[in-house]
Amino acid sequence: MLKARNIIVNYGSRTAVADVSLELRPGEITAIIGPNGAGKSTLLRTLNGGLTPASGEVLLDERLLSSYSRRLIARRIAVVAQEAELRFPFSVLEFVLGGRYAWASTTAWGWETEHDLDIARRVLRETELEELSGRMLNELSGGERQRALLARALATEATILLLDEPTANLDLAHQAAMLSLVRSRCDDHGTATVVITHDLNLAAEFARHVLLLKEGRTWAFGPPTQVLTPRLLKEVFAINVLVDGHPVTGVPRITPVHQASWESGV
Amino acid sequence: MNPAEKLAAQSEGSIRGANAARVTLSKTITACLILLLLLVLTLFATSLLGSERLPALASACALSTLGKYACGLSPNQAAILFEIRLPRILLAGAVGCSLAAAGASYQALLRNPLAEPYLLGISNGAAVGTMMALLFFGGYEWSRPLLAFSGALLATLVVYRLAQGRAGASPERLILSGVIVTTFLSSAIVFVTTMLDATRIRSFTFWLLGDLSGTSSSLLAVTIFVAIAGAAFLAANARSLNLMMLGERDAFDLGVEVTRVRLIVFIAASLLVGSSVASSGSVGYVGLVVPHLVRLSLGSDNRIAIPAAAICGAIFVVVADTVARTVIAPRELPVGAITALIGAPLFIYLLKRG
Repeated sequence: MLKARNIIVNYGSRTAVADVSLELRPGEITAIIGPNGAGKSTLLRTLNGGLTPASGEVLLDERLLSSYSRRLIARRIAVVAQEAELRFPFSVLEFVLGGRYAWASTTAWGWETEHDLDIARRVLRETELEELSGRMLNELSGGERQRALLARALATEATILLLDEPTANLDLAHQAAMLSLVRSRCDDHGTATVVITHDLNLAAEFARHVLLLKEGRTWAFGPPTQVLTPRLLKEVFAINVLVDGHPVTGVPRITPVHQASWESGV
Repeated sequence: MNPAEKLAAQSEGSIRGANAARVTLSKTITACLILLLLLVLTLFATSLLGSERLPALASACALSTLGKYACGLSPNQAAILFEIRLPRILLAGAVGCSLAAAGASYQALLRNPLAEPYLLGISNGAAVGTMMALLFFGGYEWSRPLLAFSGALLATLVVYRLAQGRAGASPERLILSGVIVTTFLSSAIVFVTTMLDATRIRSFTFWLLGDLSGTSSSLLAVTIFVAIAGAAFLAANARSLNLMMLGERDAFDLGVEVTRVRLIVFIAASLLVGSSVASSGSVGYVGLVVPHLVRLSLGSDNRIAIPAAAICGAIFVVVADTVARTVIAPRELPVGAITALIGAPLFIYLLKRG
């Protein structure tokens, strides 16, 4: 579906992403992990056409991403980035209906159709925001707003989801609920998902592949069991971790161990 | 109530709830029709008021025939109605419509409820353009709106560039940039004013604060046309502006051609400010007060906020100008003094509320 080949992105003289390749396949979740400033968000924005690579190419269905109009890209690729700016009050429903923009007719004002409303109601139900649909966005808690962002992205009906730390403001229950929702989208609709996360355990549980970035370069890529190893994580994050199997699911379980306790334990 | 009825009532309730949470086409049309009716009533009522009070019934009759029949008005009264009051009131309406629609659009584009053509120095840019036209191309009336538009566009771009910090434009940074541009252009205006002879200085100062009394019929027609066409054009881009209000990056991700929308909205809004300044000077705070009150009562959705602000802006300036020309009659106040009297306290309130 979406393919990035040997992407290089520069900010002025600084190289943020250096020679990274990535291919998304239907139904798969790919996690991008790495320390702050490793180029995760930059890579994500490049995948969506928000940043133009200095070299390399991004292909959507074997065609250059830059050859599509913004509308067509928005129908295929949805992004959940960090918080929206909220200087004007919008209701949750209005906000989520914003996700239908790319499908609206370009003439007149582009009013929402019944079909748009049905989709909005469905994603509000899926993200457990139904009760809040009439509330103003700036009255919601951080976690509720984050769910509204996901709801808006799902309302686009895009088959590629790019999520930048979607669980950062969520409590444990909603973290799991959100990722389960994303996963069921992938399973049922063949949606391909890229998720940037700092939560290595979530990556281990939900991702098919993990891309480990360091200083803009691909440090490792593969299934969680191969990438989330103490050696690789120490190389990239400069921290000792303990990796064992999750007692229930069997996926890798990562526990950071601080230097002092490491020394006293060893 | 049987279960089926209950279900029907429930779903009806939820649909009603959903409609309350968003703006629909029918709600927009209803609101605009009511406001248009209000505008017509305001235009009529204010045309009766002034140093010479006109009889309501006869004036209504004369107005409805567009001046073909005097309906019992004396020739003097008819002249006051059709040659003095009506052009002035129509101009006030066009100026209010232009400034409010432009203000609402600037606010959406700059994601800042405090953005306003006058406060950002855009009106001053247009004023400098108008003065240049008067100084150098005095004989060509068309040069005034054209140069005013260029001045407004230039000031807009400068303020926009100045306000762009590393982390985007914060509201405070934007207002500060506006202050800088305003003071710079004010000194340019002072410089040009001192080059004029003493008798023109007074009328110039008056004009700078908003003066609706002296315009020609051709300039009036241009201003009215630009006001209606510009406001309609901005309203047509309202859904894109809705998304841009929540951040340009989000809007881009959702399919808005951000660069194109930003450019055409800047141009349309500058055109509105330019034509209104060219015909009547800088009337301040209209673009702040009116969109704020409209959003407060009708919501943030620009598809209703922009057309409603345009109509309410017309009503607001028509009323303000009527106050300006009647409160110390036969002398007059500049209409900008009245709008600032209402607008400045509201600005302080909005700033404090942050």
